[in-house]
Amino acid sequence: MRPTIAKHNSLAARKARTGWLYLMPTILILLLVTVYPLGRTIYLSFFEAGLRFPLKLEFVGLMNYINLFSDPVWWRSVLNTVIFTATSVALETVLGLIIALLVHTNFRGRGLVRTAMLVPWAIPGVVAAQLWRWMLNDVYGVINDLLMKLQLISRPYAWLAEGMLIMVAVVLADVWKTAPFMALILLAGLQAIPKELYEAARVDGATPAQQFWRITLPLLRPVLLVALIFRTLDALRVFDMIYVMAGTQIATISMSIYGRQQLLEFADIGYGSAVSTAIFLIIAIYTAVYIATLKVEVR
Amino acid sequence: MKSKLVTTLMAFGTVMALGSAALAQGVNLRIMCGTVGTQFELCKKVTGDWAQKTGNRVEVIQAVPSSNDRLASYQQQLAAGSSDIDIYQIENIWPSLLGDFFVDMKDHVPATALRDFFPTMIENHTVNNRLIALPWYGDAGLLYFRTDLLEKYGFKAPPKTWAELEAQAKVIQEGERRSNPNFWGYVWQGNAYEGLTCNALEWIVSFGGGTIIDTRGNITVNNPQAAAALRMAAGWVGTISPRGVTSYREEDSRGVWQAGNAAFMRNWPYAYALGNSADSPIRGKFDVTVLPRGTGPNAKSASTFGGHSLAVNRFSKNVKAAADLAVYMASYEVQAFRATMGFNPTRPAVYKDAAVLRAAPFVGKMDDVMNSATVRPTTITGTKYPRVSEAFWNASHSVLTGRSTAGAALAQLQSTLNRIKGNGW
Repeated sequence: MRPTIAKHNSLAARKARTGWLYLMPTILILLLVTVYPLGRTIYLSFFEAGLRFPLKLEFVGLMNYINLFSDPVWWRSVLNTVIFTATSVALETVLGLIIALLVHTNFRGRGLVRTAMLVPWAIPGVVAAQLWRWMLNDVYGVINDLLMKLQLISRPYAWLAEGMLIMVAVVLADVWKTAPFMALILLAGLQAIPKELYEAARVDGATPAQQFWRITLPLLRPVLLVALIFRTLDALRVFDMIYVMAGTQIATISMSIYGRQQLLEFADIGYGSAVSTAIFLIIAIYTAVYIATLKVEVR
Repeated sequence: MKSKLVTTLMAFGTVMALGSAALAQGVNLRIMCGTVGTQFELCKKVTGDWAQKTGNRVEVIQAVPSSNDRLASYQQQLAAGSSDIDIYQIENIWPSLLGDFFVDMKDHVPATALRDFFPTMIENHTVNNRLIALPWYGDAGLLYFRTDLLEKYGFKAPPKTWAELEAQAKVIQEGERRSNPNFWGYVWQGNAYEGLTCNALEWIVSFGGGTIIDTRGNITVNNPQAAAALRMAAGWVGTISPRGVTSYREEDSRGVWQAGNAAFMRNWPYAYALGNSADSPIRGKFDVTVLPRGTGPNAKSASTFGGHSLAVNRFSKNVKAAADLAVYMASYEVQAFRATMGFNPTRPAVYKDAAVLRAAPFVGKMDDVMNSATVRPTTITGTKYPRVSEAFWNASHSVLTGRSTAGAALAQLQSTLNRIKGNGW
């Protein structure tokens, strides 16, 4: 018996070794581009470090974190990010689902519509944001002009200046840009649902509404969840839309904008690294929770 | 066979020798220049002239237009020890932030030659006894006004005080609204960014309210005159200025102004040449003057100074050639030429140059403005200036947008500045 086990073991060991060998390039690259920068950021977050030549590091322990958690602007940026994420992702999901259902039906020129639908998604974020900035200008912007001509508003609004309107404008611009992405993923999900189910439902006399709630939505659920995770992760890191349209003002500052401001504009490498680490932790916790929910879903 | 090899080697050797000789003749330099208005084209022209004269090659790279973003990108490149850019165009609020990364220009310019520049500008760029950049041109806030509209509504002269500006703007706005519903009295820069720091500093200084932090480092901004200045500006929003003005930067206000939709504008000198360009609707219908003064014992006309200078990267592989180019760009001849294109010289003598004044009478008006311009508190606050400015523009923005009263915002600002100051600037 013994020799066979040994032989078996050595075979398994060889297999494992080969496996590791194949994984090595991936592991090395991950170490280089992810683990090292992340480790360095966490390391720097315990130091006081300005942008000087040569670079000087002074160990301060948890000081950066204590300062961060007592800064009301940081908490405002967390709140802003959560508001932005919740509203934009919710609107994008609903709108994306409606668009997906529309282009899933058969009509002439469907291919063209499906392609055209993706244009906003294909425009780089900064360009789209600048475009909206011009369109939303209160004096020469096209949005006010249009709404006035349609008599939907009685006076021109300063979309990028009036309190809550800035957040509304930023969310709407983001929805315009990202709803097509949602629609595309959901369309793929819709196409995977077998047509027989709908035929059987029709034979049994189910109304279109019943078909949607009983067949479409439950079968779309896994795809919907994946799309939601992607979008939420993206939205939590929001930078370009808000930065171009509203700058660093407190009313709309997001976590990423706050971090960039500390790290680059104020050249405070230690404190900025603490902000980056905090953002990383928040997103990591969110991802862990989502993955746990997903596992429950799969079971 | 053997002789063939020798010939080949000899030919190869000759080519190599020729190649290195060609390389020794000139170096490649990269310079990062501003892009707002005509800056980029001018930079290409001036550096091109130098390249032709010296047999070197210069590549002009476009810098980001927004001041805050440009600083961030410079910091990133310099902190990484990059030698890609040999000369940086920097602003006068950055010397203590970036100074470590630039060479001492005193090693490349004789002390006697430095006396030809405005002494305050040389002082502004001296950090730890090192001159980290050569002053290139100066900016100062100006009041642009429509000469045709002032005449149409019977005003003999542009406003001397803010109260006069409000009154004139109101009359012209009401009159023009009859034919143009998009017309506004006064546009300026009210977005929460460095530009608002410049605008708000002008209001406060014009009311005799000080410069946020005095030269000894005391925080002076929380005073009744400063509050009165901010209250006045907040009163413009939605009355003589569009509500959106609190989201405007330079080019947003110029967009409204140059389309003929405003009677007055606060902006930098660059808008002068653009407003008179061939396709401009307001061409020849406007002029500039100093900004109005406020009320109170120390009230005066104030305009924020914005200086642009040329700094040589200490990591540059061709420091000597780069310094040479910077010296050429800041020379009398080049500054005299650029003065006629709307860029204010950093050498007092150019303002008296008869040829320059003939070509651009505008330059003569700038002499006084440049001499009396208000400097932002950068020297005393050093590396903490970006935080100070951010706190100041956020406080001003909260007053302009009505989220806070002037008194409360300034009291809050005082405690924020105290926290930033810590044990000292």
